[in-house]
Amino acid sequence: MAADIYTPGVVAGRLDAETIAANFADLHPPYDGHEAAVAADRCYFCHDAPCITACPTGIDIPLFIRQIATGTPEAAAKTILSSNILGGMCARVCPTETLCEEACVREAAEGKPVEIGRLQRHATDTLMAAGVHPFDRAAPTGKRIAVVGAGPAGLACAHRLAMKGHDVDLYDARPKGGGLNEYGIAAYKTVGGFAQAELDWLLKIGGISVHYGAALGRELSLEALRDSHDAVFLGIGLGGVNALRVEGQVTEGVMDAVDFIAALRQSGDKTDIPVGRQVVVIGGGMTAVDAAVQAKLLGAEQVTIAYRRGREAMSASRYEQNLAASKGVRLMFNAQPEALHGSGAVEAVEFALTQSVDGQLRLTGETRLVPADMVLRAIGQSLDGTPEGIALAGGKIAVSGAGRTSVAGVWAGGDCAAGGDDLTVTAVAEGRDAAEDIHASLLG
Amino acid sequence: MADLSTDFLGIKSPNPFWLASAPPTDKAYNVERAFKAGWGGVVWKTLGEAGPPIVNVNGPRYGAIWGADRRLLGLNNIELITDRPLEVNLREIKQVKRDWPDRAMIVSIMVPCEEQAWKAILPLVEETGADGIELNFGCPHGMSERGMGSAVGQVPEYIEMVARWCKQNTRMPVIVKLTPNITDIRYPARAAMKGGADAVSLINTISSITSVNLDSFSPEPSIDGKGSHGGYCGPAVKPIALNMVAEIARDPETRGLPISGIGGVTTWRDAAEFLALGAGTVQVCTAAMTYGFKIVQEMISGLSQYLDEKEMTLGELTGRAVPNVTDWQYLNLNYVTKARIDQDACIKCGRCYAACEDTSHQAIWMKPGRVFEVNDAECVACNLCVDVCPVEDCITMERLAPGTVDPRTGRVVEAEYGNWTTHPNNPAAKAAE
Repeated sequence: MAADIYTPGVVAGRLDAETIAANFADLHPPYDGHEAAVAADRCYFCHDAPCITACPTGIDIPLFIRQIATGTPEAAAKTILSSNILGGMCARVCPTETLCEEACVREAAEGKPVEIGRLQRHATDTLMAAGVHPFDRAAPTGKRIAVVGAGPAGLACAHRLAMKGHDVDLYDARPKGGGLNEYGIAAYKTVGGFAQAELDWLLKIGGISVHYGAALGRELSLEALRDSHDAVFLGIGLGGVNALRVEGQVTEGVMDAVDFIAALRQSGDKTDIPVGRQVVVIGGGMTAVDAAVQAKLLGAEQVTIAYRRGREAMSASRYEQNLAASKGVRLMFNAQPEALHGSGAVEAVEFALTQSVDGQLRLTGETRLVPADMVLRAIGQSLDGTPEGIALAGGKIAVSGAGRTSVAGVWAGGDCAAGGDDLTVTAVAEGRDAAEDIHASLLG
Repeated sequence: MADLSTDFLGIKSPNPFWLASAPPTDKAYNVERAFKAGWGGVVWKTLGEAGPPIVNVNGPRYGAIWGADRRLLGLNNIELITDRPLEVNLREIKQVKRDWPDRAMIVSIMVPCEEQAWKAILPLVEETGADGIELNFGCPHGMSERGMGSAVGQVPEYIEMVARWCKQNTRMPVIVKLTPNITDIRYPARAAMKGGADAVSLINTISSITSVNLDSFSPEPSIDGKGSHGGYCGPAVKPIALNMVAEIARDPETRGLPISGIGGVTTWRDAAEFLALGAGTVQVCTAAMTYGFKIVQEMISGLSQYLDEKEMTLGELTGRAVPNVTDWQYLNLNYVTKARIDQDACIKCGRCYAACEDTSHQAIWMKPGRVFEVNDAECVACNLCVDVCPVEDCITMERLAPGTVDPRTGRVVEAEYGNWTTHPNNPAAKAAE
């Protein structure tokens, strides 16, 4: 008999392929032309617009929206992409509710911002559907730069360098490029193989040689890269996962949320992805929400996100919290994991309840036992090994200026670098700015 | 609820909202539906002389411009007068007037500029029992090429002549519909009055090309790759129409001449404005063509509510704004205002700043935190910031109290009225008595 939502344990195929497909459909379906025109018309074309300031890549949002409104979405796309070459993905995954759309004056005026993210997607999708790559390379400089990590930071860096006329070797440890765009984001945010399509489109600039399955500390060494290249950019992300320090040595049914998400993204119809009947996700960030929501969409009967602090401290935005709640995920606040119970497989998670007193988290003395046959750890990622000789800050690569590391000729950006929010859009900004700095220092 | 019943040239209607001569009034079917919806009267679509019916183009007849969300702001047409046989129209007019005796039934007429042509058609119209006639001297397209419509309306002597013929040949009140495609609307209005017309109606449509197709390079609406200027109407033309109505209302030579106001009336508010500038009734077309006949219900309820709130009768509203329409030279130059920004209402879009800084008088400061404040020393009170602000009443123009110093000019604001005619900079100024 096939599994259903009540089948105990961690099993695949709780829902049929059709239901799963419907559950994982595009979270924000693209605008059609008329919808885009109506949405674009709401933009006030603010002076020195707050949305631009709020965008980590500084996209000229009023200009691109006006270009949509006047029937030239291709020009709008070029405006977007000239600031943010991954504008297509950012249109899908940016927490716009805490960035551009939060800053939109219409949010202040009526609590309903211009839907900048969806407009951006309309523009970039239009251009990409036409197969147009709107940028050309400058005359060759004869310089060769190694970019390690083909995630958002590495891609943005590689593209900008290629545009400036440099040749780029782009390395990635995984068999595919894209980084978290390909492996780390909820499937319903980027449907239809968009991450790979965007990557292919980006590489059309030319001058970028890709080398997959090449990891720093494995096939690559920083010293060798420095010898063979004029500069090195590290956009290696955070390959490690923070450990969950609790009592109990139960391991069956316990996994990292990032692995669960990656498996989902690499699966076809997702009927092969096992999920528990009672899932507990530990953590309070976007990864926790992405994992919890997808567990629910796969057919888990009960899914709980347990976060040790209060709602206001949760790094997942209120929008993400509401999304999770709307899908039937229970949000449990002020619950600190203490122990995993179970003989063999996990059966329950014991939480100590907390409260925040003067900014300090205190235990109340009460505990809660939440039944679980699957526990997903989403308590943060960490740098997986330190590239030799590089100084760290707060467990990440220390950088100054536009991503300069402690080692001459080596830059870093994205999640692996200290500072900044761990967002796709921030990574793009850092990769782009590092490329500009590399260019200036090589040709300066 | 306020009494909206109207007596215009002795023609009674339950409200001042008439449908203008146009496609909505081309046949009994539409007009009866309009009356059921509540319209106070109609001006039947223009009749031509007996004979082979008018031929229209068989491609698009309308072009348009749009605002946000494809809201129709301006409509342009190249349709001619009725293309149905004269006797069919006359039969239907008679039947509808018989069935709806309390509604105004005006018949629009356009025949060649020969007395015989008018003599021939007037008795036929009179026989229908219609309440009045409207002489179509306005249509700027098609018929004007044949010496009718605006070709007549642009020559005051013709207007006077035809109006006189009509007055001599019918007992019905005569309304002359004026074209705005002239330089000074007062001349045709005076001519109509001199010819004995009982009233004028205005404006007819404005010669226009709504857009050019940038692929085919044809004006729109395009007929097999070519376009011809059409007649423009709809909300976009209202300001032009209001001014022309006011010009006639305040012209000493035509003062008191009844006016039926036309041009972009879309809501009760638009209608009230025409009435305040001297119109006795208003005529509506584009709004009905855009939204259907039902809109008259909002016009009726809105105007009634307004009159009730103002404790005013319809008659008291008519012409109420006319004394306040004056020439520039009589505007009070001692009325000094400054822009004031309500910081609580401000949403910090900065449009006022961009407009003032780039295109006006650099009188708005942008301070840290996107705080926008007015620099009174530069503000000339042009009102552009008010006009571009997306939040109603966020920026207002506040008068400087007499006796205070205007920081821009350094001069004390005078309490007394003072205008250009007595201003020291005016070489032709007369010394104040």
